[in-house]
Amino acid sequence: MPYDDEESGTLHSLSGSAGPTRRKFLVNTGTAAAASVMGAFIPAQAREAGQSSSTADAPAIEGAVPLVLRVNGTDHQLRIDPRTTLLDCIRETIAFTGTKKGCDHGQCGACTVHVNDRRVVSCLSLALLHEGHEITTIEGLGTPDAPHPMQAAFLAHDGYQCGYCTSGQIMSAVALLEEPCGPDDAAVKELMSGNICRCGAYGNIVAAIQHVRKNT
Amino acid sequence: MRTFEFNRPENAASAVATAAQAKTAQQGADIRFLAGGTTLVDLMKLEVETPKRLLDINRLPFDKVEELSNGGLKIGATVRNSNLAYHPKVQKDYAVLSQAILSGASVQLRNAATTAGNLLQRTRCMYFRDTAMPCNKREPGTGCPAITGSNRMLAILGTSEHCIATNPSDMCVAMAALEATIHVQGTKGAREVAFGDFHLLPAQTPHRETVLEPGDLITHVTLPPPRAGSRQVYLKLRDRASYEFALASAAVVLNVAGANVTYARVALGGVGTKPWRSHEAETTLTGKPANAANFRRAAEAALRGAEAQSENGFKIELAKRCLAHALQTAANA
Repeated sequence: MPYDDEESGTLHSLSGSAGPTRRKFLVNTGTAAAASVMGAFIPAQAREAGQSSSTADAPAIEGAVPLVLRVNGTDHQLRIDPRTTLLDCIRETIAFTGTKKGCDHGQCGACTVHVNDRRVVSCLSLALLHEGHEITTIEGLGTPDAPHPMQAAFLAHDGYQCGYCTSGQIMSAVALLEEPCGPDDAAVKELMSGNICRCGAYGNIVAAIQHVRKNT
Repeated sequence: MRTFEFNRPENAASAVATAAQAKTAQQGADIRFLAGGTTLVDLMKLEVETPKRLLDINRLPFDKVEELSNGGLKIGATVRNSNLAYHPKVQKDYAVLSQAILSGASVQLRNAATTAGNLLQRTRCMYFRDTAMPCNKREPGTGCPAITGSNRMLAILGTSEHCIATNPSDMCVAMAALEATIHVQGTKGAREVAFGDFHLLPAQTPHRETVLEPGDLITHVTLPPPRAGSRQVYLKLRDRASYEFALASAAVVLNVAGANVTYARVALGGVGTKPWRSHEAETTLTGKPANAANFRRAAEAALRGAEAQSENGFKIELAKRCLAHALQTAANA
């Protein structure tokens, strides 16, 4: 597999593999640092155990308000701090960690998800705004066995190096397929400019996107 | 981010009544309307804005673009920037607005950002965004470190000794050239504000950026009927080819009959403390031959009052060339 760490997420984050992962390691070590974020991992453990997502057993949060958030086709009954961004809700509350936090200020695109099939940066939107919306994250696009054509194209064209921006790049690239976009590379670059890749894999990312546009 | 109470008003009247309890509608407002969040949530994370209440207006019925019986256009406050830029009527009759919006931010941000939110977009001045620094706009009376500090991106028009922050919007520059009208619902009913009267110069009070008072809710923007045969151009110059704020930009609406300019509307972006309509350029152009010499004269007129800071003197010539090139492009169209 190109990714064997679930933090990489692009194809692998829902695999629920039995082996050790960085996330499980942090949870299991029981250090003070890990304990401080334990609450965030409870739903993930519940999901791995095949239970529906619920925060009923999660610690009480002062000032929390109820929210039903539909992510990748599943309704999640949540109680969240109103300050929670869509990004933090996806990553920390529901524990879909394929969506990445880069700058947290709408400047890098790493946190791109789809809301009702349109791409947005999840860091600059409060989760409370999205009740009734259909949220799609990288985990909702494809699976390791049946990747979305764009995921497969990123693999085939080596559209990444470190992989941190990759889920955001792919979410943008999939949305781009339905947007007004001219045929040439320049048009793709313009519409992908909201996704920064500090490794500089841009050439291969454009190639992957053009491959999908020409072959689907 | 500081804690806040989250409310979803049932209707505009309720939103106005609640927001009217705020001490101010300007910098540091204790009650804020929330639409796309692309500015407000960002500034709340930085604790530049610390509202105690947020009023979610996304479900109020302000999300439509409608053609008016007079041939103009009504744009709802929560119409997303993408929807506005790709609206067929905007692309056909108000091309400068479509071009301006599509030159700003990224697809993801344009999909979230709204018409009213863009009208209220805040400066990117790094001193304003950093609560460790003094800033007259953020904390009146603390001083303006930008004037003696890093000011390459900052304004050359409309500045004062108290503030040189640039208005960063592209959409607003096009709306200034199109002579849009902003419609506001407030505690005393609905009123209209001409685009040029909406944003304020910093002068002695840089924390006051618009004419909005507590309770004022922008409901929509209207555009006058399109100018038949007008040629429209938005030209944006910046450090990167995409996804960057303007160093200088120009919005131009031009009618040419025979050899002469018969109608000109000109606004500049990236150089002013507010979206910068240039009546001086328009006067210089109207009735004169549409040629390079006159376009340069118009650009000279537009920048006559420009004042350079330590690092941004280049913007004066850049803005002149930007406007002259935009005018030439429009004339050639």
